[in-house]
Amino acid sequence: MTAKPDLSVVIAGIRMKNPVVLASGTCGYGPEYADLIDFNALGAITIKGLLSEPWMGNPPPRLVETPAGLLNAIGLQNPGVDAFIADYLPMLRRYDLPVIVNIWGRTMQEYGEVAARFNDVEGVHALELNISCPNIKAGGMEFGTDPKVAAEVIGLVRKRTRLPLIPKLSPTVHSIALFARVAEESGADAISLINSVPAMVIDIERRRPVLSNGMGGLTGPAIRPIAVRLVWQASRAVKIPVIGMGGISCGRDALEFIIAGASAVAVGTANFLDPGTALRVVAEIEDYLRRHGLASVRELVGTLQFKQGS
Amino acid sequence: MRLIEEATIVEHAEFTAGYRRLVFQAPRIAALAAPGQFVHMRIPELSPEALRRPFSIYQSHAPYLHVIYKPVGRGTQAMMHAPPGETYNLIGPLGRGFPVAPDGPPPVFVAGGYGVAPLSFLAERLPRRGVAFIGGRTAQDILCVEDFASRGWDVRVTTEDGSRGERGRVTESFDRWVAARKDAGPAELFACGPEGLMRALGERTATLGWQAWVSLDRPMGCGIGACLACVQHVRDDGGKVAWARCCTEGPVFDAKDLVWDGVAP
Repeated sequence: MTAKPDLSVVIAGIRMKNPVVLASGTCGYGPEYADLIDFNALGAITIKGLLSEPWMGNPPPRLVETPAGLLNAIGLQNPGVDAFIADYLPMLRRYDLPVIVNIWGRTMQEYGEVAARFNDVEGVHALELNISCPNIKAGGMEFGTDPKVAAEVIGLVRKRTRLPLIPKLSPTVHSIALFARVAEESGADAISLINSVPAMVIDIERRRPVLSNGMGGLTGPAIRPIAVRLVWQASRAVKIPVIGMGGISCGRDALEFIIAGASAVAVGTANFLDPGTALRVVAEIEDYLRRHGLASVRELVGTLQFKQGS
Repeated sequence: MRLIEEATIVEHAEFTAGYRRLVFQAPRIAALAAPGQFVHMRIPELSPEALRRPFSIYQSHAPYLHVIYKPVGRGTQAMMHAPPGETYNLIGPLGRGFPVAPDGPPPVFVAGGYGVAPLSFLAERLPRRGVAFIGGRTAQDILCVEDFASRGWDVRVTTEDGSRGERGRVTESFDRWVAARKDAGPAELFACGPEGLMRALGERTATLGWQAWVSLDRPMGCGIGACLACVQHVRDDGGKVAWARCCTEGPVFDAKDLVWDGVAP
């Protein structure tokens, strides 16, 4: 009998039992899933994007199904940092589960303020910096598609937080390698990618966009090949670890990202279809490691057998 | 409490013309289900990337759970031929249903189309009896009348084309009944149906000063409170407008908490 493969990873100083994380925006603030899946068996959870104060987000319709995907424009509705700390964090502390909090701001300054709010808070293990949400006018993607602005906001938050910092990168940039390097040079401890892909669905009878916001962010299996390519390119450009995500719904999908160069992966939209997806992904990764005689998942990271032509 | 259960189809056939009934063996969910709650169903006939679909619960006698549906969309059409013996993955029971209090004012039910299904379940669990207004476009859309009549309810049927019961809208029949009972004191409304009907009833009961419970039917994503797709404006305890999730704080709401018009986020 072979020894149980080692699934543990360390990302941005966070020790995780396995490399499978719940992606921001798809697992709420914790209680939405806590009674349905075993939180102690997950790699980590990423809390939906928080602002300094409660935020209403966009009016409905906010969601529409697309071929092999979902288009959403929730608009970062959230209860605000203080409500999260008071109402949700105590419950999350009960689990042996690293908590990554996704944060955003409407201004550069606000990003820093939200980040600083967690310095004296127990039970938060890292901050994911949302500089890539396509669904709000101010904040979000405008911070993540200009390398100078991205460097500035990451650098500013770096100064304001003691926590590991994980900028979440936008897929809609000309060179993901450039943005990965900008993040690394500005003090990021890891990067996560990809955020949703800006997209649109039109109601042809009414000749109007289906979503109230006009456009939204596309997620789910439809974007997976895009995400795998970007993770591959980003991970080759930096030394810091990459958390890969985009349409992962089984172990095979997750392994694509890991082989491409991701040290950890996140499950997002698939949580909506099957809350047990992340735990199934863990089991399927373990099975793969066994079949391939690998002692640790870490041996597999970035082992894509491919050299780009010179 | 809610859970995920592999449910086996034990019966799946036409319910009335144009409508179908699915009966699952789902002992754990069926034991917990209450009127007005729903199950979020993974439809294996759809592609594996497809979202779950929410269905309100028509009857629940553990281990059996019944739903009624009309094959209109991609999901309901795909499941039309699901054979007995097949398993469906269900999450449920979900959401906040109708309050089932033993005492209270006389209950008045108003149903539009297959919105009658959860009200039939409620009639079974609610120890009080009253008047049930059941409306639909045509006679085909009038379901479950016997469920109420056999329990001693006064059933008033309306169809828009007059093919069964009174001709007209269910609200007209409701209005006439309200006008006729004059000073009979407040009643308690329980309603399920299209959003326009729920809103119209909310406005009427606010004027009448009745307690009213309305069930909203919204497209849903996760069904368990995480995705924030199925939101509805409500007035919170402090009077401020906030979002409520139809899947979690609803689908049944106290009508006086609902805020319908143009409140800027």
